[in-house]
Amino acid sequence: MENLQLIIPELFISIMIMFLLIFGVFKKNSSQLVYNLTTVSLVAALALIINLDAQIQSSLFNNSYNIDSLARFMKILLILSGIFVMLSSSKYIQISKISKIEYPILILCSILGMMVMISSNDLIVFYMGLELQSLALYVLASFNRDNLLSTESGLKYFVLSALSSGLLLYGCSLIYGFSETTNFNQIMVNTKEIEYGLTFGIVFILVGLAFKISAVPFHMWAPDVYQGSPTSVTVFFALLPKIAALTVFIRFLYIPFYELGDQWQMIIIFLSIASMVFGAVAAIGQKNLKRLIAYSSISHMGYALAGLSTGTTQGVQSSITYITIYLVMNLAFFSCLFMLKRNDEYYENIDDLSGLSKNHPLLSLSLLVVLFSLAGIPPLAGFFAKFYIFVAVINEKMYFLAIVGLLATVIAAFYYLRIIKIIYFDPEKEKFESKHNLGLKFTLVASTFFILAYFIYPSGIVDIISQININ
Amino acid sequence: MNFPILSSLILLPTIGALFIFFVRSSNSQYQSSKYVALFITLANFFLSLYLWIVFDKSIVDFQFVEEREWISGFVNYKVGVDGISILFILLTTFITPICVITVNATIKNRLKDFLIAILILETFMIGVFCSLDLVIFYLFFEAGLIPMFLIIGIWGGERRVYSAFKFFLYTLLGSVLMLVAIISIYWITGTTDVIKLYELGIDAKYQNLLWLAFFSSFAVKTPMWPVHTWLPDAHVEAPTAGSVLLAAILLKMAGYGFIRFSLGLFPDASLYFVPLVYTLSLIAIIYTSLVALMQEDMKKLIAYSSVAHMGFVTLGIFTMTQQGIEGSIFQMISHGLVSAALFLCVGVVYDRLHTRLINRYGGLVSIMPKYAIVFMVFTLGALGLPGTSGFIGEFLVLMGAFKKNILVATIASLGVILGAAYMLWLYKRIIFGKLINEDVKKMVDLKRFEIVTLWLLVLPIIFFGFYPEPLINSIEVSVANMIDMNDLDKINKLALGD
Repeated sequence: MENLQLIIPELFISIMIMFLLIFGVFKKNSSQLVYNLTTVSLVAALALIINLDAQIQSSLFNNSYNIDSLARFMKILLILSGIFVMLSSSKYIQISKISKIEYPILILCSILGMMVMISSNDLIVFYMGLELQSLALYVLASFNRDNLLSTESGLKYFVLSALSSGLLLYGCSLIYGFSETTNFNQIMVNTKEIEYGLTFGIVFILVGLAFKISAVPFHMWAPDVYQGSPTSVTVFFALLPKIAALTVFIRFLYIPFYELGDQWQMIIIFLSIASMVFGAVAAIGQKNLKRLIAYSSISHMGYALAGLSTGTTQGVQSSITYITIYLVMNLAFFSCLFMLKRNDEYYENIDDLSGLSKNHPLLSLSLLVVLFSLAGIPPLAGFFAKFYIFVAVINEKMYFLAIVGLLATVIAAFYYLRIIKIIYFDPEKEKFESKHNLGLKFTLVASTFFILAYFIYPSGIVDIISQININ
Repeated sequence: MNFPILSSLILLPTIGALFIFFVRSSNSQYQSSKYVALFITLANFFLSLYLWIVFDKSIVDFQFVEEREWISGFVNYKVGVDGISILFILLTTFITPICVITVNATIKNRLKDFLIAILILETFMIGVFCSLDLVIFYLFFEAGLIPMFLIIGIWGGERRVYSAFKFFLYTLLGSVLMLVAIISIYWITGTTDVIKLYELGIDAKYQNLLWLAFFSSFAVKTPMWPVHTWLPDAHVEAPTAGSVLLAAILLKMAGYGFIRFSLGLFPDASLYFVPLVYTLSLIAIIYTSLVALMQEDMKKLIAYSSVAHMGFVTLGIFTMTQQGIEGSIFQMISHGLVSAALFLCVGVVYDRLHTRLINRYGGLVSIMPKYAIVFMVFTLGALGLPGTSGFIGEFLVLMGAFKKNILVATIASLGVILGAAYMLWLYKRIIFGKLINEDVKKMVDLKRFEIVTLWLLVLPIIFFGFYPEPLINSIEVSVANMIDMNDLDKINKLALGD
């Protein structure tokens, strides 16, 4: 039982969920208070995780729950993003009238589910975490229930996600059938030779996972859900589930099925190329910023998968680096989106940005930095993210993947440039409000600074990530 | 050698930009921002002048080398100069303050942003010429796109959006393959350090593909025919200072890259692809000269002439002879000065009449005599009259070419004649002829700051035309070393069957 201290962060969040639920029900008009308490409990959970030993390596519950350096790093990333999402969207949920006590509690539930996913070393545990996060996300997506789009997006996400969960579960059962176990390490021991059932199982699980990170061709839900959900939920969608799903991808591919690399490598390469190219091409015609960022995140997931497809530790590390930088860039982008407010109304069309640079030079400058970084232009952080990926990919002599990926960045550059053009070259429109709350400002400044100054000391993050043990 | 002079050169403009960004200008005219920018760029110029003076011209090694760990175990921040790069740095720091002076007349809105863009661009340009690591080079090479995109897009003419996009996407598309090549080099040799790569050499079996990848980037940037079409658009739409920087320095990055990387790292492949480069260069020289003859827009004409002149540069580089490469470098410096001056001249009349169409002008000699004189010098410089710097470059390039291939050299010489034709015809149509247009009669002659900027350019063009020794002197040893090191001569002889 002394191992229980290793899952104190999870326990703490579970207790906070229950406490806040009861507290919120009994105390009237406490939605803002619950919101703040949620943020505080996330900060506390972050402290608890950081407190763990960085080189920790142990498993709990009959080897089905891993607390290792990968889990630790990903959880820190997850909770940090969670904190920043909470900080930046607090004003938004008040103005959009979705400030109810359930909102932060659902976010906590979802984060708890993701933490379970990140640590899972067993198909059942992994599925449990996945469902916990998904169920919370369904509700969050349709949280603005008076809004038609929001309801639609919640329903759409629910139906499609249920389908993918079904596939995933079927894959799990196949794998269980052919390997007689659900534990990742045990699967590796039991599956030395390739059997068709096993391959099918892998494919089904990969489909389910690809759905969660919205890789092409399982991306259909993403644009609608991104656009329909309240922006505060969209930013949550764009950041946190990706971290969890990517970690599961890593664990799933690199622990039980590492030996079967030939079986899954082609699938991942296909997912990667399809996502990079489709995400880049489809984003060109978009008019809504949230929809555009949905396609952009599809494309970015393609790059993260490209790192995974190499089958090397270096590749995995490059993917983790990529997702870290991706999180910061998206956080900065959404912070800018939260600032496009006029008379208690938020604007999210690209045309609304027209001539922004005249009235809001600093906001436009941040957007400029973020967009060039998303496009992967040096010396901004986005370039380094792509650079590490390509270093790993080219090391494995996968030139085709590298060249397609780089050409996709050129296509993608076009639509990022289009936004910059609208901000900087087009005639100005009415001013937006220039007063914002401190959390939002802090998020924007911190993330923009990270993107801008990353090149000064690029080895910082790489060094931390290279400490992570994969196998 | 404790003072990090190259890093200071790189960083100083950025510090200036940050200063301008954070410090509020006292009046709406941003007068003080302008002075800060001017001060910073001039300081940078004198610093690089000092660098040139203390630079030891007799040593083949890289000098003022600084090295710091950057991405641990992978890429080091490494800068240094040799005879090939030092002149480009000097050119950059010389042209930038001139651009800053011209902003007074040409930039009407958001002056502060413009100054910041130019300063940031200067950082990247100097960085390109100093970097001794492929990744660092790529970083600076690509980063320059951002400020240039904004300069064209925000302060440009009517079709600025189209031109800015074309410029950005063309160049980006060209250079992504270079990134693949750079990473591949890392995995083949285990380093991206240029000095180490010079020593190690790259296995001949990889060279051809790598050369092509680098070529795709440099060819777009040079620009070589047939990927030159972004240049006329970008030039025409960019504001004067943007055109000047583009023509004078950004194009030279590619020529520099050809010498430093294509020749230096892939000598075998360079030799293999000589026919390709010769062909494209000759087409560029002849075809774009003919196109230039037909232009009705002054800026477009000069832009096409730039393509033709850069054709001479690539031709000279790939003759792989001492004269050819020296001539190319000299030609690049000279073209940097001359084309910058020509764009400034266009800017002068454009500010007064707001048109770039040649047929709207005529007879300027009678109302703007001072302008006619400087424009004359630049025209002659562009067509390569003996006594101007343009002559030395073209002459050396042709000399190198005659050594290697008489047919190629003969065709290239035709380009010189065509060059004279379009430049003189342009001069005739603008300066001489009858004063017909009423608006033209109201034009005033050069203002004081225009005189200063233009004469600043006249002096080196004529000085180096008569006395090229200081420049050639700096280049000579490094070029000879480059040829020696890679056995370019020997390879040549083998190929020719001597």
